[in-house]
Amino acid sequence: MQEKKPHIVVRDLTMAYGDFVLQRDLTFTINHGDIFIIMGGSGCGKSTLLKHLIGLKRPAKGEVLYGDVNFWTAPPEQQEAIIKGIGVLYQSGALWSSMTLAENIALPLEQYTELSSMQIRELVSLKLALVGLKGFEEYYPSEISGGMKKRAGLARAMALDPEILFFDEPSAGLDPISARLLDDLILQLRDSLGATIVIVTHELPSIFAIGNNSVFIDADRKTMIASGDPKVLLKESQDPTVVNFLTRMEAGRRGHVDADKDNRRGTP
Amino acid sequence: MNPSAVTAPTGSGGGGRLSFSRSSQDTLQIAFTGGWKITESLPSLSDVQRELESGSPVRSISFDTTGLTAWDSAYLTFLLQIIEESTQKQIQVSQDGLPEGVRRLLDLATAVPERKGAAKQEKHTPFMERLGTTSVRLWNSNLEVFEFLGETTVAFLKLLVGRARFRPRDLWVTIQECGLEALPIVSLISALVGLIFAFVGAIQLKMFGAQIYVASLVGIAMTRIMGAVMTGIIMAGRTGASFAAQIGTMQANEEIDALKTLGISPMEFLVLPRMLSLMLMMPLLGLYSDFMGILGGMLIGVTVLDLNPMDYYNKTIEAVTLTHIWVGLFHSAVFGVIVSLAGCLRGMQCERSAAAVGNATTSAVVTSIVSIVVATSIITVVCQILDI
Ligand SMILES: Nc1ncnc2c1ncn2[C@@H]1O[C@H](COP(=O)(O)OP(=O)(O)OP(=O)(O)O)[C@@H](O)[C@H]1O
Ligand SMILES: [Mg+2]
Repeated sequence: MQEKKPHIVVRDLTMAYGDFVLQRDLTFTINHGDIFIIMGGSGCGKSTLLKHLIGLKRPAKGEVLYGDVNFWTAPPEQQEAIIKGIGVLYQSGALWSSMTLAENIALPLEQYTELSSMQIRELVSLKLALVGLKGFEEYYPSEISGGMKKRAGLARAMALDPEILFFDEPSAGLDPISARLLDDLILQLRDSLGATIVIVTHELPSIFAIGNNSVFIDADRKTMIASGDPKVLLKESQDPTVVNFLTRMEAGRRGHVDADKDNRRGTP
Repeated sequence: MNPSAVTAPTGSGGGGRLSFSRSSQDTLQIAFTGGWKITESLPSLSDVQRELESGSPVRSISFDTTGLTAWDSAYLTFLLQIIEESTQKQIQVSQDGLPEGVRRLLDLATAVPERKGAAKQEKHTPFMERLGTTSVRLWNSNLEVFEFLGETTVAFLKLLVGRARFRPRDLWVTIQECGLEALPIVSLISALVGLIFAFVGAIQLKMFGAQIYVASLVGIAMTRIMGAVMTGIIMAGRTGASFAAQIGTMQANEEIDALKTLGISPMEFLVLPRMLSLMLMMPLLGLYSDFMGILGGMLIGVTVLDLNPMDYYNKTIEAVTLTHIWVGLFHSAVFGVIVSLAGCLRGMQCERSAAAVGNATTSAVVTSIVSIVVATSIITVVCQILDI
């Protein structure tokens, strides 16, 4: 692979809801062409971190840079340009419920391109076909299943062929085969369109199959405790939290459970 | 030493029972018998607390479950309470006597320590602090309103220079929703209001034999204020509430975030078409309401007061000047802005839950109605001063 160029740089980021600090001192870099995984236990702030990366939430401290532009101090035109270059799949799908799937996907195209409605319709069919939803153009989001909503949200996120795609738990609610196909699709997006991809996920198989960079954030210590290629982390990490996560606690299972029990006896 | 048995007062044969014994000076053994299930009547923790406090101080607790016939979560919560109680009192708890399954579930329940700062407590705050935080909150919500007003203005300016982004179809749909579809209810309410005015006026005017002035009374009241106020209130309950609910639900579903990350301003895409359509439709509905009210009045005039329809018509035309109609239209236009602003503002402020959507709706209606009444008073006073 060619030399790595930073796409998003996070420096010293602190995230908080009001006074409630979620994470502090997050510093990591997402390079062009990375498939970057955000890992961590439930409720540790992964979705919140994503919101910081896509410019929906202002950092309590620290900065998020796109290339070398600081998002929050950039002039509005530049912010808009950055935002146009990203596609997001939300954890809940977040399809616009008053529009059909076709209209959902067509909206970004209508807003930002000069394509004719005929061309847009064909693009919409293509995107839906890519996520296995061909023929569902005229369905409303309330008429399809949860997993289908995820896939439709994915199609919408890809509508403008963005340079960087953010996925919040894309495979949650998908059957193993669809999840596998999704992994393939993500790799294709990276390889054929050259997109950078940031994924929040818990799926170990996908993490190891497609991820080439990652950050691990922890709720108890309120900061990141590991970063780098997940396969390398699995082999080399010394941190029990990270190892337990990556091995589903199967590596050191005995040792840990016993230690817990002893602790409990010792301190009533 | 002398075992005392505590039985739940209404416990039938199947209910759980509890008895205490001291196996040594400072060890309390708690024996559970019978069925400890949610559906049974069970002893309460206070029995254990009483036992702990009576007699010599207890250092450790052990359990005897040989007589336990059945258990479920009710038993687990009871045990957890005992464990918590004894941890506070620094008493050792030995779980050896418990059934295997119970022990494993207890382990699970105590495995993940409570997240610090995660539990929300009701803290007792002193009066001054509450006063302070309330004022700050009020001030902040004022700021939010001004921010919203500012953003709305920017959106309208963009509309003027033709750069606002929204789908024309959305505009037509909302125009239809808040125009055409509101006609039946506006007709009904306005006609009834006109009818009521005519009745009430007639009783007084009859005493002077001046029934014909019912026509002017109804005409002026409807065109100048009542038509506008009635449509305002109807639209607040009907359309303002629906704006708040629609936008609020979109907020709750992250649909608004999805718009933002596409670089589409929700102010332009969602708020603008809604405000535009209501601001266009409200004056029209107001005029329509005037007409229906006068019709209602006429119905009473003709049937109950035996007035000649032609006379009634002429009297109305004579009384209702263009000024009255303009004042009424001005009211309607203002109410249109108020109702659509309140609906969209509350929707945009909505948080991420179903209850929040409900609150947003309520709040939108309350805000609209209060503002309508306040605005009416202000306009009336100003008109008085300007002698309009
Ligand atoms: N709007 C909010 N206001 C206050 N606190 C919030 C808000 N949204 C989330 N939180 C808190 O932030 C924490 C992290 O939430 P977040 O949604 O980022 O978790 P997550 O890591 O994505 O979890 P999951 O894997 O379950 O999706 C949670 O503890 C939650 O209570
Ligand atoms: Mg999440």
